Amino acid sequence: MEILNDIWAALSVPDFYFAMFRSATPVLLTTLGAMVASRSGTNNIALEGTMLIASLVGVVVSAFTQSALIGFLGAVFSGFVISNILAYFVLKLKSNAVISGIAINTFASGGTIFVLYLITGEKGASTSLHSLKLPSINIPVIQDIPVIGTILSGHHILTYVAIILVAVIWYMFKYTKLGMHIRAVGESPDAAESVGISVKKVKYIALVISGILTGMAGAFLSMGYVGLFSSGMTAGRGYIALATQAIAAGNAVVGMFASLIFGFCSSLANYLQSSGIPLQFIQLMPYLIIIVVYTCYCAMVEKNKMKRQLNQKKGETHVK
Amino acid sequence: MNKKFTAVRLTCAFLIAFIITVAIIFSISEEPMTAISNLFLGPLQSKRYFFQVFASAVPIIFTGLALGLVFKSGNFSMIADASLYTGGVVAAAIAILLPMPMIIHPIFIFIAAAIIGGVIGSIPAILKVKFKANELVTSLMFNYVFFYIGIYIVNTFFVDRQAGTFASLKYSPTATLGNMISGTPLHFGFVIAVAVVIFLYILLYKTKFGYEIRISGSNPEFAKYSGINTSKVIILTQVIAGAVAGLGGAVEQLGMYQRFNWQDSPSYAWDGVIIAILSGNNPKFVPFAAFFLAYIRVGADLMSRRSDVQNELVSIVQAVLILFITAERFMAGWKQRQEAKKALKEEA
Repeated sequence: MEILNDIWAALSVPDFYFAMFRSATPVLLTTLGAMVASRSGTNNIALEGTMLIASLVGVVVSAFTQSALIGFLGAVFSGFVISNILAYFVLKLKSNAVISGIAINTFASGGTIFVLYLITGEKGASTSLHSLKLPSINIPVIQDIPVIGTILSGHHILTYVAIILVAVIWYMFKYTKLGMHIRAVGESPDAAESVGISVKKVKYIALVISGILTGMAGAFLSMGYVGLFSSGMTAGRGYIALATQAIAAGNAVVGMFASLIFGFCSSLANYLQSSGIPLQFIQLMPYLIIIVVYTCYCAMVEKNKMKRQLNQKKGETHVK
Repeated sequence: MNKKFTAVRLTCAFLIAFIITVAIIFSISEEPMTAISNLFLGPLQSKRYFFQVFASAVPIIFTGLALGLVFKSGNFSMIADASLYTGGVVAAAIAILLPMPMIIHPIFIFIAAAIIGGVIGSIPAILKVKFKANELVTSLMFNYVFFYIGIYIVNTFFVDRQAGTFASLKYSPTATLGNMISGTPLHFGFVIAVAVVIFLYILLYKTKFGYEIRISGSNPEFAKYSGINTSKVIILTQVIAGAVAGLGGAVEQLGMYQRFNWQDSPSYAWDGVIIAILSGNNPKFVPFAAFFLAYIRVGADLMSRRSDVQNELVSIVQAVLILFITAERFMAGWKQRQEAKKALKEEA
């Protein structure tokens, strides 16, 4: 019962919802990236590693140039480069996308520490680097509204970018030629090829878009609120994005809500740290809840499919 | 032709990895020769280091076997990570809390760790069979869940509050595995690893169930129509893989440690991926692939102790190897030219 009180107390604070959006941002950006890749028919496991590399690059570039903007561009560019490497192996050399993704993640987890040590002489975190953060933004008018202002205004610039990108990606899939080509290639590569779409090119573009979006997520992690890089700081967010992406089933708006589930859980976890629940249970909660939601989603899809098949069979007998 | 092609491709992949490694060392190190000689020859310098290679190969033989088995059945679960970590926790718990006589103690631990590893391994498989949830996605997240549960168990029931860092109480001496060769870290876990290799080889290549696994992996449609219960194959392979990984975690703990101090999940499951790939998912070749990776690891540790190059270099080498070995079209041009040449010769 006490726990319920604690949860209720957390839910009644506007700051809770602010933290929810904050935690959801990197997952949301990566979910969008995973979605674009997945709709083109490539399962991009490399997101985790891409994000990790981008967060290191963002910190290093911003520390050396003393410009947050250039640091951000560096992070995004690193996402672009990694996705190109992945695309080269998957599309050109016909590697298994999942295994290549695991290779890139292995490379990222060791390689980032290797580079961090080269630059700072430390393996844990980039505390000795004077890196910069990207700014937060107050929205005029909205910031003055009580409660809603606290929740929606004053966020990190990339949080707003992510929300805008939800609309952009949604629009892209619904109304643009590129979006339709990506969907066509993902659903039926042979049919797409036969109407003159270059499957390889479209898949390449999709992978690059996913790399760039994930690069932004990396920049958010290390140039957002924390302002430093620490080894393994992505903590599975790239994998979570694979699940939220699957829940979204190609719809960017649903993807946003799925990411908010994760944001909600990790925000709640933060608020419950002072309660009596053991810390480890709080830490594992976001992962567990995403598994549950994802599995329920899969079960629902499967059930609908069965129903449809059953109905079809009924229909067939009617005709006969 | 195909065998020769595979050999040439493997050689080229190793060459590329070698060149990249040397290039990185030369570009960042002030003492590149020291670094290189330690990396490649370090393990041969003393008996201790050489047997250290065998000892380091033990946990990755287990994970290599586990992942190879899952890959062979055409699935893609990374749950070996959770099974191995939890296997280690189970080993620690029983080694500390349950007093038992010699020999029986480790055997009891191995059975318990394998069972729990198998149970954990079954979860993503069951979710896949029952709800069509992708086993890769769920296993990746279960790894975090079980990691935190493990930390919780150690922290609550047998943590050593006197130790400065995260560590459990000391294991009972009846539980730990003896050294096979004194003065070296090689322990009897190596024998267990080899026994599991033989067991899995027989299972995969000499039994009906092994045949079903291989067919399900290479041709799932055919498997279904020929009456193979694919759901059973999916679940059972992942249970066995989880049990192997759980056993590996226990063996590693009892062989190499006096107390449980895995503050982070060790990357053995991810190493298992490259070992499975190098061995072509065949248990027979797993020890050799594991020996190779362990050799480089021990060399890299020596390198980072004795020069200014850090041992994380290994993960870069690992990634390059995985990428090139699994690239289907890598060197395809070469193959085509060879075939064309051969054809021309035959015509002439």
